[in-house]
Amino acid sequence: MLERILQYSQAYNFYKWVFKHHAPEPGVVFLSQRRVYVLPTRHGMVFGIAVVLMLIGSINYSLSLGYVLTFLLAGLGTVSILHTFRNLAHLYVSTGRVMPVFAGDTAQFQIFLENRSDFDRHSVDLTCRGATVRCDVPVLRAVSVMVPLKSEKRGWLQLERVTMDTRYPLGLIRAWSYVQPDMRALAYPRPDTAFLPMPRSALETGNAISAGAGTDDFAGLRPYQASDSPRHIAWKATARSDSLLTKLFAGQAASELWFDWNDLPSGMHTEARLSRLSRWVLLAEEHGLRYGLKLPGVSVPAGDGPEQRDRCLKELALHDA
Amino acid sequence: MTPSALPLPHLLWLMTGLALAVAPHTLWLPWWVSATVAMLFLWRVWLGRSRAALPPRWLVLALTIANVAGVYFWYRTIFGRDAGVTLLVVLLSLKLMETRSSRDLYVMVFLAYFLALAHFFYSQTIQTAALTLATVLATTSALVGINAPARSIPDNVKTACWMLIQAGPVMLLLFVLFPRVQGPLWGVPQDAFSGLTGLSDTMSPGTISQLSQSDAIAFRVKFAGAPPRRNQLYWRGPVFWDFDGRTWRPGPVSLRRDIQYESSGTPVDYELTLEPHNHGWMFALEMPARIPPSGRLTSDYQLLSLQPVRTRIRYALSSYPDYRATGGAGPRELAAALALPPDYNPRARALAREWRRTLDGDAAIVRQAISFIRNAGFEYTLLPPLLGRHSVDEFLFDTKQGFCEHFASSFVFLMRAAGVPARVVTGYQGGDINPIDDYMVVRQTDAHAWTEVWFAGNGWTRVDPTAAAVPARVESGITAAVPGGAALPLLARVNIDWLLAMRYNWDALANKWNQWVLGYNPDRQREVLSWLGVPKPDWQTMAMMLFWGVAGVLLAIALGLVRSIRRDDPAQRVWLRFCGKLRRAGLTRASSEGPLDFASRVVGRLPLRAAAVRTIVELYVDLRYGPPGNRHSVSRLKYLVREFRP
Repeated sequence: MLERILQYSQAYNFYKWVFKHHAPEPGVVFLSQRRVYVLPTRHGMVFGIAVVLMLIGSINYSLSLGYVLTFLLAGLGTVSILHTFRNLAHLYVSTGRVMPVFAGDTAQFQIFLENRSDFDRHSVDLTCRGATVRCDVPVLRAVSVMVPLKSEKRGWLQLERVTMDTRYPLGLIRAWSYVQPDMRALAYPRPDTAFLPMPRSALETGNAISAGAGTDDFAGLRPYQASDSPRHIAWKATARSDSLLTKLFAGQAASELWFDWNDLPSGMHTEARLSRLSRWVLLAEEHGLRYGLKLPGVSVPAGDGPEQRDRCLKELALHDA
Repeated sequence: MTPSALPLPHLLWLMTGLALAVAPHTLWLPWWVSATVAMLFLWRVWLGRSRAALPPRWLVLALTIANVAGVYFWYRTIFGRDAGVTLLVVLLSLKLMETRSSRDLYVMVFLAYFLALAHFFYSQTIQTAALTLATVLATTSALVGINAPARSIPDNVKTACWMLIQAGPVMLLLFVLFPRVQGPLWGVPQDAFSGLTGLSDTMSPGTISQLSQSDAIAFRVKFAGAPPRRNQLYWRGPVFWDFDGRTWRPGPVSLRRDIQYESSGTPVDYELTLEPHNHGWMFALEMPARIPPSGRLTSDYQLLSLQPVRTRIRYALSSYPDYRATGGAGPRELAAALALPPDYNPRARALAREWRRTLDGDAAIVRQAISFIRNAGFEYTLLPPLLGRHSVDEFLFDTKQGFCEHFASSFVFLMRAAGVPARVVTGYQGGDINPIDDYMVVRQTDAHAWTEVWFAGNGWTRVDPTAAAVPARVESGITAAVPGGAALPLLARVNIDWLLAMRYNWDALANKWNQWVLGYNPDRQREVLSWLGVPKPDWQTMAMMLFWGVAGVLLAIALGLVRSIRRDDPAQRVWLRFCGKLRRAGLTRASSEGPLDFASRVVGRLPLRAAAVRTIVELYVDLRYGPPGNRHSVSRLKYLVREFRP
């Protein structure tokens, strides 16, 4: 009961937001009046002091028009509270896409702000951990905002609390609200930078695989498949035929690389191993090779193409998480 | 915010607002300050246009020090009203060279507000109010520009306009209900009220003729009944006794609370609104009977106020035009009314002695003096020739050109030389009724000097030597009395009807402004509140009224703003109505179901309505998620949904 009464109180809401754990809010977040807070800015305080000084001056010198000007400014300041408040209240916040990043890079969280009112919103700032982006939301439109958040380590990066605030129109008042859209970005392990050779292919084949193509014998042609590396397309043969053809090399079937957790020196600790594996995955993908990944408890079958890369990197990112 | 963060158009617009705040001050600022300010503004515009860097800090600091020093050497102080405002102007203009952060911009805007306020020291006319409103509008829209640099300036001005319109009711409530205190709260600088025109506390040749060249209004009078005749309209001001050969000064007066004179006839009741003139006297029609509580009467019938009149004041009075002023005639006063400096004006003295020898009694001497002045061919002029040591002699016998102070001064000199006690009275004579609002307006042009002569039987008796020489001055005002082409104010000279009508209308408007805006003091506030039904307002009641009034206004504005906040997308409203219709037909949209999925389900259930459902859904999806639609498609959607029967 008390809870229900209290939830209408701004102070209580504010307290809950600031001091209590708050779960991410799924779906569309509506900025109701109850979660939009207003306080004067520093400029607003100076404005207030100026108005008081002007009032004292008007009284002292009996300036009737001084009263008029002072009270007009006081009215202006008061009205600007309402204008600033309405510039933020009743916006709809929803989530968009977020691309994976490598740990240490900045993830761009796409957030949609929708304005269903019949007036424009101006200069709405979204701040997440110190980084601010500003946007305008015209009448009856939704705009997409990219909120940057730096990832610290691999794994899921949950979007932190976003402060939405605005000082429009006069900058004397700040209206703000906190939202925490349910969004997370995947941070892959950062590939290490050591210049190291690729691992040997599976030991049982004994074939050395180098980065370049064409070390193996040419074995024939087959129709192009989507997963084939573009550099193996037989352009001359394709020109003579009416479909894309891929060159097959004798060694290729055996050139599957297996990136195995256990192949790495036993002294390496987990993050270094993951970084190394991450780098190998990227290198292999860059050279159009087929590769698989073996982690303790997880195994990604051999494959190639961006899907394979993303799948491997995801496993690496979430290893033991 | 870097200098380039505020786009140039917004910066120029902000500077327009600042210039509007500075501009009216250039009328009185020292020339070099005006020049410096203009230069700084132009320099800043040039810097902005050429995208050049702002001057380095040391240069701005050096300029600031130089200007402050300049102000100090010009005024010999940096305090006081004029020096203070000059400093404010200088600092605001120098701040233009330091627009590095948004803080700097705000500082400039706040300084502009103070400058606008300071302008009210010098003028509080309707025009000033309009200019100030323009200043506030420009600076407010510049503030909007700082906070939304992407918007266009006309849009910002529109927003600022709306906000000012909404601030209007708050301003009005505060103005009417904020408890008024009669200032000042502390001492005001010595120079705060210089530049107010009005009669002076001494009189020498030229004092009043110079004042007469000002068209400014001295006071306004509202008569309860019919106004007295023009030749009875003597508004009594300072009375002068001591003469040093050139200048007249006040004499031995004492304050009294009772009024010593015999009155006859009916009194005239009126209310007088006096413009500030920075001196202690209030004006009253001769002779005042009832004295306002803020005033005192001296023994020579001057109405004095307790403090110098530095704001427009209003007081009610009644006066008897027919009276016998028998007070203030003790031995000391009569001796002062006969004193003359020796070694001055031998010819006038000789003439007066001659009259005393040949004529019988004071009355005969006065009559002789009047007929002398009437017949000697005096010329009434605003531009009399300069007079030397024996000013009375030269005026009476040589130049014979003068203004009322020459006539009054010479007449009193002659009387005293002949042994008749006499004194000079200054004030205003006449006044014009404005037919628009029936207020009588008395201007500085109506400033006048006349005399009083002591008769043992009749008391102090008014004698106006100017009226003897130039009867038109008293009968029809100064315009008729002074020959055409004299240095009178333009509007006092012309007789063009439409110009006169315009002037009357403008005066009436200005009077309303004075009475209700500028003259809104504690008394008027009580009047208004009792008219509002609060007969005895204390400050608690006023604070409560103020609180609830402002709260009500803000609530009304907030409701207006929030009503538009709540309005959903019209297309969505229609869509929800459509979903409602289907729900009643047993087809409820799941919350996870998008419009297209829902439509295909509906079409499956209601194959006969397939076409209508598809049209509605396509239109809705297009309106809601497509590029901004037009109102026409919304009304089409509305029509389709209204006609839809599941």
